[in-house]
Amino acid sequence: MLPYPLLTASLILMWLLLSGFTPGQFILGTLVAVFASWAMASLRPDKPKIRKWHLIPKLVAIVFFDIIRSNIAVAGVLLFGRGKGRRPGFLTIPLEIEDRTALAVLAIILTSTPGSAWLEYDQHDRTVLLHVLDLLDKNEWIDLVKNRYEKLLMEIFA
Amino acid sequence: MGLVVDIPLWGAIAVAFFLIVGASLTLIGAIGFLRLPTFYERIHAPTLGTSWGIGGIMLASMIYFTLSTQRFVLHEILIGIFVTVTTPVTLMLLARAALHRDRAEGNPDVPGKAHEEDGD
Repeated sequence: MLPYPLLTASLILMWLLLSGFTPGQFILGTLVAVFASWAMASLRPDKPKIRKWHLIPKLVAIVFFDIIRSNIAVAGVLLFGRGKGRRPGFLTIPLEIEDRTALAVLAIILTSTPGSAWLEYDQHDRTVLLHVLDLLDKNEWIDLVKNRYEKLLMEIFA
Repeated sequence: MGLVVDIPLWGAIAVAFFLIVGASLTLIGAIGFLRLPTFYERIHAPTLGTSWGIGGIMLASMIYFTLSTQRFVLHEILIGIFVTVTTPVTLMLLARAALHRDRAEGNPDVPGKAHEEDGD
């Protein structure tokens, strides 16, 4: 009946946000969402398997905080920090996660955190090439990605 | 809509604060985009605008319209979600094109590919 419950629920929520929370819109939105998720099923994408729902708010909170912090740091670099030991550089990090959804979430986290950009993922080596605006300490960045984000993502998408 | 409605002082302060934060971060990002020397450094600057730049303006809009129309206006959050989720797509596309060009030219500053054209 519903091949992608999470997608259907998100579509209904989006419909209601855009057109107002009324019973009529709920019925219309549900119809659209159900047909859309059937259309999605014929594309057969990998179904994300979320094991530990309760860790998602923790991840969101961590990322929210980190984005604020790195916004301030990058704004500082752009306004004042010319020279002064700032060294941009490339960084290759080996990853253990293989789940496509988890990789996509990690890419979104690293991209939306100013100061680090996800350049390319090597499926063969399972490494990711990052570019970092302020590469003072390589190990600090590796530690950040591996312990702060990857560990949590591996628990959520087990 | 379109009219300036009286909203409480704390609301006005919050709206102004988030609007200024969002707008300044976007401006700083744009300045950085103009001033940074290399392509790979430049891709970092606009992410200020796509993270808290848009976040601040989004929050300001949500607070203003929630207070002025006396009901919850939350659909701006969709803009934030979709901008956040789609930014990596364009960024990776641009970055990989630049990497490919630099590697084809044999630029020494760019790390080589571990596996020649088989990993993808």
